[in-house]
Amino acid sequence: MADLKIGDRSLALDEDGFLEDAEEWDEEVANAIAATEEVDLTEEHWAIIRYLRGYYDEFQVAPMVRKMLKDTGKSQAEIYELFPSGPGKGACKIAGLPKPTGCV
Amino acid sequence: MTEYKTPMMDELEKGPWPSFVTELREAAKGSAMAEDLIGQMEKSYEEKKGLWKHGGIVGVKGYGSGVIGRYSDLPEEFPNVREFHTMRVNQPGGWFYNTETLKKICDIWEEKGSGLFNFHGATGDIILLGTTTAELQPTFDLLSEQGFDLGGSGSALRTPSSCVGPARCEWACFDTLDLCYDLTMAFQDYMHRPAWPYKFKIKISGCPNDCVAAIARSDLSIIGTWKGPIQVRQEAVKEYAASWSIDRYVTNTCPTKAFYYDDEKKEVRIDNANCVRCMNCINKMPKALKPGKERGASLLIGGKATILRSAFMSWVIVPFMKMEPPYTELKDLIGKIWDWWDENAKSRERIGELIYRKGMPEFLRATGLPAVPQMVRQPRANPYVFWDQDDLEK
Repeated sequence: MADLKIGDRSLALDEDGFLEDAEEWDEEVANAIAATEEVDLTEEHWAIIRYLRGYYDEFQVAPMVRKMLKDTGKSQAEIYELFPSGPGKGACKIAGLPKPTGCV
Repeated sequence: MTEYKTPMMDELEKGPWPSFVTELREAAKGSAMAEDLIGQMEKSYEEKKGLWKHGGIVGVKGYGSGVIGRYSDLPEEFPNVREFHTMRVNQPGGWFYNTETLKKICDIWEEKGSGLFNFHGATGDIILLGTTTAELQPTFDLLSEQGFDLGGSGSALRTPSSCVGPARCEWACFDTLDLCYDLTMAFQDYMHRPAWPYKFKIKISGCPNDCVAAIARSDLSIIGTWKGPIQVRQEAVKEYAASWSIDRYVTNTCPTKAFYYDDEKKEVRIDNANCVRCMNCINKMPKALKPGKERGASLLIGGKATILRSAFMSWVIVPFMKMEPPYTELKDLIGKIWDWWDENAKSRERIGELIYRKGMPEFLRATGLPAVPQMVRQPRANPYVFWDQDDLEK
């Protein structure tokens, strides 16, 4: 995928739009990625993003969906309301976490 | 359009059988994607390795599953398969279509994708092979207009799948199509929005012939069975006796020696208590024998291919359950199984592996199922009995 341009910064993205270098993430980057997902970040979004980043800092892995729902008190449907591409493709991408690996 | 030289693929067109290479070439006449696919495959054979990148996360709005991202490892060399995503489309029950519907799917896919399909994948879905990220949402919208929806992928409930059942088969012990449809509708969220440690598959066969191979390919296998004696029509037995050897084809192949044939009277007697439902006698003498009158299904758990542990076949957890709408007992049990699995499994651990790790007693406590002899996987093979502390104190 094309690089993400923010002001005079240019960040490399992989094919699925995830940051190649997670170190480059900041709030401005989150807003820019959110725009590619057609999401306007509200305080509700930020709560999830902060939770994901905190969890990742602690465990070096994204939480499993069940854990995420328990910890945030959100339902699966509410997460998809906030992030239409879902917890992995949507929330983790905007939060700057590495791409979840998975089987088909 | 490049015309690739493909000596190795050419080999696969020789011989009297249908060839997927021939199909690819046919598709390549109108599709640059199919053309580059041929090129990349030939290169794969030369280099003896797959040239697709692992993983990839793409999808459509509101769905976490149903699309599998595929990217070429050699996008410069094969630009038309740079993005070559797969879409899984929920198949109709029993895989019945009319020609009109098939034509519509074909038109959509020729316009939006490579024009190549698998009818059907191992999950049962229609597999649309190869399109770009930009075409995913428009393709989905068109399919949606035709009444189609995506199937499951990733750590979700995979599209439930059933045999043709009573629509085309006299052995069906319950309406497999109805059950499959009912479960698919009831569990939409679990299919479209992955939330589990790993995948979960449900497959439904109407009788122990198990035509969808539920026992080997699904975490929860629902397989038709009956209670009471196999129904015998002795007049028809006499007709079989006149044309071939019942002893040779049936009596001698009964695995539990529960089948007796009296050559004097030309009559069959079955020791039903020792019948293990192998279906051989019924398959061999369909006019004379049929399943017993009280019909339902056995539920089995844990089938899967090799990942963390070796391949498992499902084993019995409920020997007999009536299968009638609205299937409340079954759905309640499925809910309990999912809760326990989701709460306890490690990432990428299937239900069968979790039971293997934690033990059957814990699974039974969690689901409230009673322990019954039919659960013993290999009867008379294990002389040890493990007692729970509670049992000892009784």
